[in-house]
Amino acid sequence: MKTFDLTQNTVRELNQALHDQSGECMEREFDVFSPHGQHNIACGLDQNLSVNIMGHAGYFCAGMNKKATVTVHGNAGQGVAENMMSGMVRIKGDASQAAGATAHGGLLVIEGNAGARCGISMKGVDIVVKGNVGHMSCFMGQAGNLVVCGDAGEALGDSLYEVHIYVKGHVKSLGADCVEKEMRPEHIKELGNLLSRAGIDEDPARFKRYGSARQLYNFKVDNASAY
Amino acid sequence: MCGIVGLYLKNPSLESRLGELFEPMLIAMTDRGPDSAGFAIYGDEVPEGETKVTLRHPEDDYDWESLAGAMAEGLVTEISWFRNANAAVFKIRAGEEQVRAWLQESAPDALVLSIGRSIEILKEVGLPEKIAGKFKLSAMKGSHIIGHTRMATESAVTMEGSHPFTTGMDLCLVHNGSLSNHNRLREVLRREGIRFETENDSEVAAGYLAWRLEQGDSLKQALEHALEDLDGFFTFTIGTRNGFAVMRDPIACKPAVLAETDDYVAMASEYQALAGLPGIEHATVWEPEPATFYIWERDA
Repeated sequence: MKTFDLTQNTVRELNQALHDQSGECMEREFDVFSPHGQHNIACGLDQNLSVNIMGHAGYFCAGMNKKATVTVHGNAGQGVAENMMSGMVRIKGDASQAAGATAHGGLLVIEGNAGARCGISMKGVDIVVKGNVGHMSCFMGQAGNLVVCGDAGEALGDSLYEVHIYVKGHVKSLGADCVEKEMRPEHIKELGNLLSRAGIDEDPARFKRYGSARQLYNFKVDNASAY
Repeated sequence: MCGIVGLYLKNPSLESRLGELFEPMLIAMTDRGPDSAGFAIYGDEVPEGETKVTLRHPEDDYDWESLAGAMAEGLVTEISWFRNANAAVFKIRAGEEQVRAWLQESAPDALVLSIGRSIEILKEVGLPEKIAGKFKLSAMKGSHIIGHTRMATESAVTMEGSHPFTTGMDLCLVHNGSLSNHNRLREVLRREGIRFETENDSEVAAGYLAWRLEQGDSLKQALEHALEDLDGFFTFTIGTRNGFAVMRDPIACKPAVLAETDDYVAMASEYQALAGLPGIEHATVWEPEPATFYIWERDA
């Protein structure tokens, strides 16, 4: 195991050491101490690494992650795991706004609350939040799953495409074209699977499912002639 | 982009260290605002009926002593004062309106940075580290302090356009964001008798709150009204003579982090600015909610 103390090393040095593993992997485990809210920690990883960040991280932590498992033992600033491709990012505390923005794959677990716009424009990632999510979460979500064990803020799933949204608590309001949908056996199974992958003990039967009503412009076949 | 920071002490035994604890917070926000910086510190309060005023003059060697003498004579009262770089703080046995009137008439080239019973505002163009050093921030004492590092968008990079803004009554505000209805609101407030020194949007927010307080609102009521009447993006940190508040707009796109321990409440645009505070590892750290305000007050 390799350790980095960010009062002694720069974030750039840490990230370079992590990127150096992408060809031939010489070291799989990294512990990062004293992150002190610095930005861009553990970004752009492309190897089966395990990175533990021991404290609060700043913006864009674990952005563009591929294959690696990154755990933040504290809070994360805005844009955590943005554009993640695969692997897993776990936040032990809260995440700020735009967690998992545009992410294509992998699993993002937030054990506290997530701020506004969680999963904005998500493109295939699975996001499981143990607490609440803020307003405009899953805005223009295209693919993947968003699971919220607490409450959701205003305008959940506005202009949604194909993301499956599961919420156990109260939804303050649904965004344009987002509707509640029937929870069929395949959804109970899918949700059970997501919760178990996230290591969160919740009963899938207590969740409601939300999705796109597919009534906005781009869903109408009549508009195809415009192209 | 701008950086805002604030530190409100709950434990009075830390008051002698306020400046020392706050200086690194301000400097940590240099990335968010390298154009200018400033801070408003509360402490060393004068009794009711007296006034404390912070003045600034463009010349570093301005003759404050003569001004103090003329003021004592003009207002027929006792004055104590001290110089801090190109600013000076005067404590005057006279009311705020009397002091303002005398300054306007007899010392028009001295700019009023702050006026009240407790507040002192110091601000300049330049890097936060330079400004903190110039005014010897680390040696300052007090009960609470708020600061700002500016990256200018809505008005020019000038001392006048830098924060914090006050329009009197010990109230002061720092702002990250931009208001969209400030021009209209400024006109309304001018008609209500609120003075504005600049065309800056954040000054309007300070003026609005001062006006609400003048109307008899509590700080809580003033902030409730502000959420209805101010349009735009904002994270505010607000100081009053005995209080400290943080408020975010409903969109909440301007960042904010709060931390609280038994000893203090600290606010910053980014957690980085809080990382050096004593006991931060055991503090409650959270992001303030949209369209919500948080107030801490001590007995007046």
